[in-house]
Amino acid sequence: MELIYSAMETMLPFSWVEFTFMKNAFLAVLLITPLFGLVGTMIVNNKMSFFSDALGHCALTGIALGVALKINNPSISMIVFSVIFALGISAIMQSETSSSDTVIGVFSSAGIALGVFILSFSGGFSRYSSYLVGDILSITKNEILMLALILILVTIIWVISFNKLLLSGLNTDMALSKQVNVKFYKNIFAVLISVIVTVSLKWVGMLMINSLLVLPAASAKNIVTNMRMYHIMSVIFSLFSGISGLILSYYIGTSAGSTIVLVSALIFFATFFINRCRNIS
Amino acid sequence: MKECQCSVKIKDLRVKKGSHIILNHITLTANHGETLALIGKNGAGKTTLLKSILHSVDFYGKIDFFNSSGKRIRNPKIGYVPQRLSFDRDSPITVMDLFCANSSNIPVWFGHSKKRKEHALNMLEKVGVHKHIDSPIGRLSGGELQRVLLAFALEPRPDILLLDEPVSAVDRKGISKFYSIINSMRKDYHMPVILVSHDLGHVVKYANSYALINHTVIETGNASNLLKSKKVRETFGIDVNEGEEVWN
Repeated sequence: MELIYSAMETMLPFSWVEFTFMKNAFLAVLLITPLFGLVGTMIVNNKMSFFSDALGHCALTGIALGVALKINNPSISMIVFSVIFALGISAIMQSETSSSDTVIGVFSSAGIALGVFILSFSGGFSRYSSYLVGDILSITKNEILMLALILILVTIIWVISFNKLLLSGLNTDMALSKQVNVKFYKNIFAVLISVIVTVSLKWVGMLMINSLLVLPAASAKNIVTNMRMYHIMSVIFSLFSGISGLILSYYIGTSAGSTIVLVSALIFFATFFINRCRNIS
Repeated sequence: MKECQCSVKIKDLRVKKGSHIILNHITLTANHGETLALIGKNGAGKTTLLKSILHSVDFYGKIDFFNSSGKRIRNPKIGYVPQRLSFDRDSPITVMDLFCANSSNIPVWFGHSKKRKEHALNMLEKVGVHKHIDSPIGRLSGGELQRVLLAFALEPRPDILLLDEPVSAVDRKGISKFYSIINSMRKDYHMPVILVSHDLGHVVKYANSYALINHTVIETGNASNLLKSKKVRETFGIDVNEGEEVWN
């Protein structure tokens, strides 16, 4: 890590690099945002932005359970609980007993309610408010290493499963006819999103995490005509808004998470108008 | 290759959703080289029958597949053309992406190899939509998209082809083109085709046999005799006046 720090200090001649918390935050952004851009394309393509939102809300309950039960390694327990919730939503949605819209609505609010309920049990919820709005500046060296490890693992599984996820999202029956185990891949999708959201929640914040998943891909979709450019642009937009949002927040003195999301939103509106102008002309 | 050997044998198939019985005691066979049309009113369970063959719904009973030499196939390759794809029309998935998503494990956004592209072009040429290989699927017309889906269903060569009202979003000219491709594929590959259609005219013109379904098999017969069947006429409310059919 020291090597990376000194490399950053040489390569980035800015005043914010002097602070270790900014260097850590910068590294975290470099890790999280490309993956958010990558995964977001599937969420936007399959019209599942509310599904990922509900997974984010349930991750709060997962984290709360991890904190409350004081299990040795809180990160692992958070992930385990969130994954269980994700599989639960996925199973209920696939059973088609209620409309997916309703299932998402129920889990979305119940997830937050249960999370806040457990975290506030001993009367000290304010300690955990960073889970709601995020605090990327609080990230530590060890947490970055853990984040890197988990995100690399998620990326590998995502890349391997991508084509099957794409077919499953297009049409379940058509994917089944191509011998794709649709149920399995829908669960993989839910689990991966939930893992990404859980490990990033503390630094991005539950209220904004879904914007980071959806906005870069939605912006990219406005201006591309093939999957390759879709993914490249989504990752670029995500990375750009992450880095510029973090640096802007340092100079303006605002919350990093909200600044990053605002930059993403500005990119979305810019691409939206570019697309409109192109369609008119 | 022997003619008219059984390809799919459905035996005593039953499908329930809660306490509602959707299909009951369905026993049917589809033969190699033949198009079997499933007809019936809306909600009669035709699509559920196709979904059972795809193992997309839970069912009781048996569905067995056989190859043209009569040997049982454990994991049959099924070609399926859905009624419509309900996807985001602005999605940047191209026709080539669709083909590569199935034929390769390398994510489609990594790019496509020349060999795969040539192969996909070959398949698309058979259905006459090769010039759209790089078009996003959302920009294709109803007929073009169905033909792309047909080419997609035929890759790799399936043991059976299932068509669920494949031309409901296709214009009149596109319909005859679509069915003539199906007919030539069926003859070339000696492939069994199961077609769900609500249009009796198409069934008479393009299918070999029919099965009238209303939660169970009401009647089976030769497609050319379809309009003479009393049960079919009753189901569809057809009045036959001096050979002229009037659909209600």
